[in-house]
Amino acid sequence: MSLLVLLTASSAFGAPSDATGAAAPGSVLEAVLFYIVAGGVVVSALGVCIAQNIVRMAVWLFTALASVAVMYFLLAANFIGAIQLIVYAGGTLILLVFGVMLTSKSPWIRFEAPKLELVAATVVCVGLFLSLCTLLGRAAWESVDEATAGTSIATIGRALITEYLVPFEMAGVVLMIVMVGAAHMARQEK
Amino acid sequence: MLSIGLTHYLVVAAVLLCTGLFTIMTKRNAIGILIGVELLLNAANVNLVAFDRFREGGLFDGQIMALFIIVLAAAEAAIAVGICINVYKNLATVDVDSARQLQG
Repeated sequence: MSLLVLLTASSAFGAPSDATGAAAPGSVLEAVLFYIVAGGVVVSALGVCIAQNIVRMAVWLFTALASVAVMYFLLAANFIGAIQLIVYAGGTLILLVFGVMLTSKSPWIRFEAPKLELVAATVVCVGLFLSLCTLLGRAAWESVDEATAGTSIATIGRALITEYLVPFEMAGVVLMIVMVGAAHMARQEK
Repeated sequence: MLSIGLTHYLVVAAVLLCTGLFTIMTKRNAIGILIGVELLLNAANVNLVAFDRFREGGLFDGQIMALFIIVLAAAEAAIAVGICINVYKNLATVDVDSARQLQG
């Protein structure tokens, strides 16, 4: 949905875009799209932490993950955005929903935290956010604002089997061990 | 305000971080805590990709790092859901406060 808006908006305004299709840095279109997507991320992240129902939390997590994926497209990281949608929103979230279904007698069951803990958590998290914002406001990043050409999937693929071959293979081994381990832990007792 | 820079993306990542932390601290359902961890990992990923985008040189180390974090997040979710199912089998609930047998 958000991606559709992104695509139609960029074609409707006829804004200059670089090779990856991301909006040109510094344009009004980029700012408008950023605020829409960032608003989506913030609202759904707040939805996750406010929702009491575990199924609603999962739905809010889906919108948060999808908004973050659109944000990756805005950042000219098309491959990461696609992987975010496929692996996170398509795989991990389904796993979580299966976990919810397998571990609750009723999907509407609630676990309440004590009021004192809610207050303490709110103070800690709001304090952390405000201090992070103060820090970010003071930091002077030496960042470039030119349009990057974007990283093509071929470039990433080539880097994965040359420069990053060892971590790539290790990730494969880790995934296999995790698969065996998860199947072993969750198997039915004889 | 209209020129979107690195700081804008970092603030969004900070929101994801704090909401994820809040979720971990307040939820009692083990799966809910897992959802909070996913938010935290996404905050790290947004940071990495944003730094990657606004960096000189046209390298893409940040994107590769984000890729590996996504892989590890999937692995972590699989293991954690397996643990939750096991806890549910043994205790008939996934309330983290009731899983205190290791305290002796």
